[in-house]
Amino acid sequence: MGNFDRSMSLAGEPPKALNTGQKLAIVTGMIGLGILILQLFNLNLGNTALWLTVSIVAIFAGIIWFSQAAYAHKHKGIKNDGVWFKSISSRGVLAWMGGIALTGFYIVLYFYPQYLGLVKDGDNTGLIALFDPLSKGLSGNPASQWFVYGTMYTVAILAFGAKFIWKYRHNKYEQLRTVSVMFFQTAFAFFIPEIMARLNGDLPYYDLKNMWPLNYYNFERYRINGFIDSGSVGMTMLFFGIISIFVISPFLTYKYGKRWYCSWVCGCGGLAETAGDSFRQLSDKSKFAWKVERWVVHSVVVFVTLMTTAVIYSYLGNDSSKYWLTKTMFISGVAVILTAVFAWVMIYKREELAKDAKYGAIGYFTIIAVLIGMHFFSDSANIFIFKAETLRTTYSFLIGSIFSGVIGTGFYPILGNRVWCRFGCPMAAMLGFQQRMFSKFRITTNGGQCISCGNCSTYCEMGIDVRAYAQKGENIVRSSCVGCGICSAVCPRGVLKLENGPEKGRINSQDVLLGNDVDLMDLVNKK
Amino acid sequence: MDHIVIIGNGIAGVTLARHIRKLSDKRITIISAESDYFFSRTALMYVYMGHMKFEHTQPYENWFWKKNRIDLVNGFVKKVETDTKKLVLKGGSSISYDKLIIATGSKPNKFGWPGQDLKGVQGLYSKQDLEMLEKNAPNKKVCNRAVIVGGGLIGIEMAEMLRSREIPVTFLVREKSFWNGVLPAGESAMINEHILEHHIDLQLDTNLEKIISDENGRAKAVVTDKGETIECNVVGLTAGVAPNIDFLKDSGIELGRGVKVNRFLETNVKDVFAIGDCAEQHEGIGSRRPIEAVWYTGRMMGEALAQSICGNPREYSPGHWFNSAKFLDVEYQTYGWVFSERSKQDNEHHFHWRHASEKICITVAFDKDSHQFLGLNTFGIRMRHEIFDQWLTENKDIDHVMTYLKDANFDPEFFKLYEDEIIAKYNADFNKNISAKKKSWKRIFSIA
Repeated sequence: MGNFDRSMSLAGEPPKALNTGQKLAIVTGMIGLGILILQLFNLNLGNTALWLTVSIVAIFAGIIWFSQAAYAHKHKGIKNDGVWFKSISSRGVLAWMGGIALTGFYIVLYFYPQYLGLVKDGDNTGLIALFDPLSKGLSGNPASQWFVYGTMYTVAILAFGAKFIWKYRHNKYEQLRTVSVMFFQTAFAFFIPEIMARLNGDLPYYDLKNMWPLNYYNFERYRINGFIDSGSVGMTMLFFGIISIFVISPFLTYKYGKRWYCSWVCGCGGLAETAGDSFRQLSDKSKFAWKVERWVVHSVVVFVTLMTTAVIYSYLGNDSSKYWLTKTMFISGVAVILTAVFAWVMIYKREELAKDAKYGAIGYFTIIAVLIGMHFFSDSANIFIFKAETLRTTYSFLIGSIFSGVIGTGFYPILGNRVWCRFGCPMAAMLGFQQRMFSKFRITTNGGQCISCGNCSTYCEMGIDVRAYAQKGENIVRSSCVGCGICSAVCPRGVLKLENGPEKGRINSQDVLLGNDVDLMDLVNKK
Repeated sequence: MDHIVIIGNGIAGVTLARHIRKLSDKRITIISAESDYFFSRTALMYVYMGHMKFEHTQPYENWFWKKNRIDLVNGFVKKVETDTKKLVLKGGSSISYDKLIIATGSKPNKFGWPGQDLKGVQGLYSKQDLEMLEKNAPNKKVCNRAVIVGGGLIGIEMAEMLRSREIPVTFLVREKSFWNGVLPAGESAMINEHILEHHIDLQLDTNLEKIISDENGRAKAVVTDKGETIECNVVGLTAGVAPNIDFLKDSGIELGRGVKVNRFLETNVKDVFAIGDCAEQHEGIGSRRPIEAVWYTGRMMGEALAQSICGNPREYSPGHWFNSAKFLDVEYQTYGWVFSERSKQDNEHHFHWRHASEKICITVAFDKDSHQFLGLNTFGIRMRHEIFDQWLTENKDIDHVMTYLKDANFDPEFFKLYEDEIIAKYNADFNKNISAKKKSWKRIFSIA
């Protein structure tokens, strides 16, 4: 067992085999992609607007056609037949090829955009030039590598989103949240910032749904100046950016869990849920991986907090002449907020933290406290030992580029579709902390109905061992859960339900499950 | 220190071992010839279908056993010597025990059909059966057609598995309608339709006469009692299961169809117990059968026996009946007792609602005189276990169930709700005037 022949999957037998429709659809999509690749070699195809249209339409048509060929003739229901037989979805040869190609693309995108045709102070060439007409039509500016990426990203979310909706056509929850991520990507990440750039050139590019710390650069000096210089519109946006962090997101997370963001709004989540859906089963479910996850992702939170504090601190003045906020006010404010959060957790939520979480919290809090304390004894450029600029560039390189892009997306076919969200995203970690500490959200386990089959754990993209809770009759209340709802969908016995209910009794560990002797349950479960 | 030896690493034996470890420091050994580690039997089908790899069916990581000091022995127990408290394994080694628990599960039924031992003829119960099916029916080229004999839960699962590889399937069902010894007529009819929708050649009211061999001793066709000969490469025997207890024949342990146990799950021999599929109660508990070959009851027996073994003697005393299954794309849950026309008592009346076009229906059983709620079958709508358990405990009547039905819904958010439609039909059928109460979190979670 386990030694299934993982062929290249264009041949083979059902459910591994592709039908004729799927094969033709792949050819169509590849033609679209091929046009883009040809552009990389600077083949001048002439009418760029036309070729760009042809390419995008072909990619769209290929993906939609593929979905139609895969799902239309089947009954609605779970469509996981052959997932572990297909090369692409079981770390076979195709998966490795795809992973290497994607990783390569991200490296070029982040570090060598000139190979995509980016020309500073001149007309773009190659692939980027192909996107110039579209960019000029939207914002009036020529395309950049980020515009090319943003467009392809949006195309991927829309086309694979349609595929996902087809796949889950029996499941309203899946459909609605997919329509939601498709909308937020298209409107908020793609069109609105471009149009705002056209209307007001001073405004920084701002994807309003992309809040700090995911948007780690939101409070850098050039952006703050941009906001301030753009008058009331800019100030409103800056204000929105701040209340998003402290008011809007905690409130929504309290009501609905972090899913309101991670699987309904977020662009990274949007790509993971649509283009990445075929790879969700690849996440590592081991307890070891969970441990690594907790340390790594919370370290990123600490890193981004230090970095942002240092960056803001570096450009604030010692008096209120330049900015309303002074260095001392700011650093004291940060210290007060962090201390308040730390104290609240340690006093009221202590019992909900695992031992290592407590050590981690105390350790990190001490480090931050010491660093802030050092402010009062050091010169202003070097708060936190390192230069703010060093922290910023290191973060931007390690986390912003390598982790979220190269590893996070490039390794989809090998490590699963939510590696970034799980191990790297500081936003997800912060929302997850709120979700674990104060939220109505849980995945309810239905009494004693679990048969330990493992579909829920296998298809959890965040690597949560859902079954470990369900088979104990225990609700699932985990920081990392993004509320995608797939565990509930794939459960063959109707055991799992995502819901927002009272906080009391949300975490309900028990030893003997419902269905057995009532007296025995009382005896064993009373703690 | 007591040495607890458990034969069988299925849900019953493993639940028992886990609970003994929670309650005590006793030495625990689990013996299995089937697999090194515990896996979920109910999930085997998903391995063949490619939804999961075999390792995904294992609920605990491999380090779990050592960490919890549960010794695993891969071996086949040939003989139990109760007077010396010793097990003899195939290969000759032996293991001594202080307390022995038999949790060896089931094996597929064979009813003496001619040809039942030919190559290509198999049941679907064990990991080895799954491996055999992978050999017998790897794809539709090697297996042009499979015939499945026996219309129960395993039969329909096997049909679904084979269809996932587009292998043509003929499904011989003895009954006049699928599983109608258990399901009421309306539900059974709906599943018949669903089976046909999946292009499974469902032959009702049809028995297997014999299986015909080719020159190599492989099944090449079956003959039915309708006189039809159906060519095939694989024959799936899924006409129920029986306790897997052949190795106990001369042990002195009292056997019926299974290992006879009392309510404390004790056999006639001191310090020998039996749990799970292979245990047979002297008398069925309540409306339960003496042998309960169900995942949940295996687990419950393990939970109960652990208490007894650790010095807190308790009868196996299961609560309200519940069960679940999935018929191709249609999920099924049941709470309390809903009997089929074939086996229900006179006092049991049914209310049945079925969706006009979708494969969704429910049946509610109630007492015709007292109107007490007896049980519910639901297809295509998920319902809350806690709520029904509570209603059964409190002897609620069917009007109460209908009035608060919205509390019981467990479908994912945004799913279409059918309670109003269901209650309208109920009012019309029984000339009532019930109006549904809005779903209340307060009520739901005061119960749970």
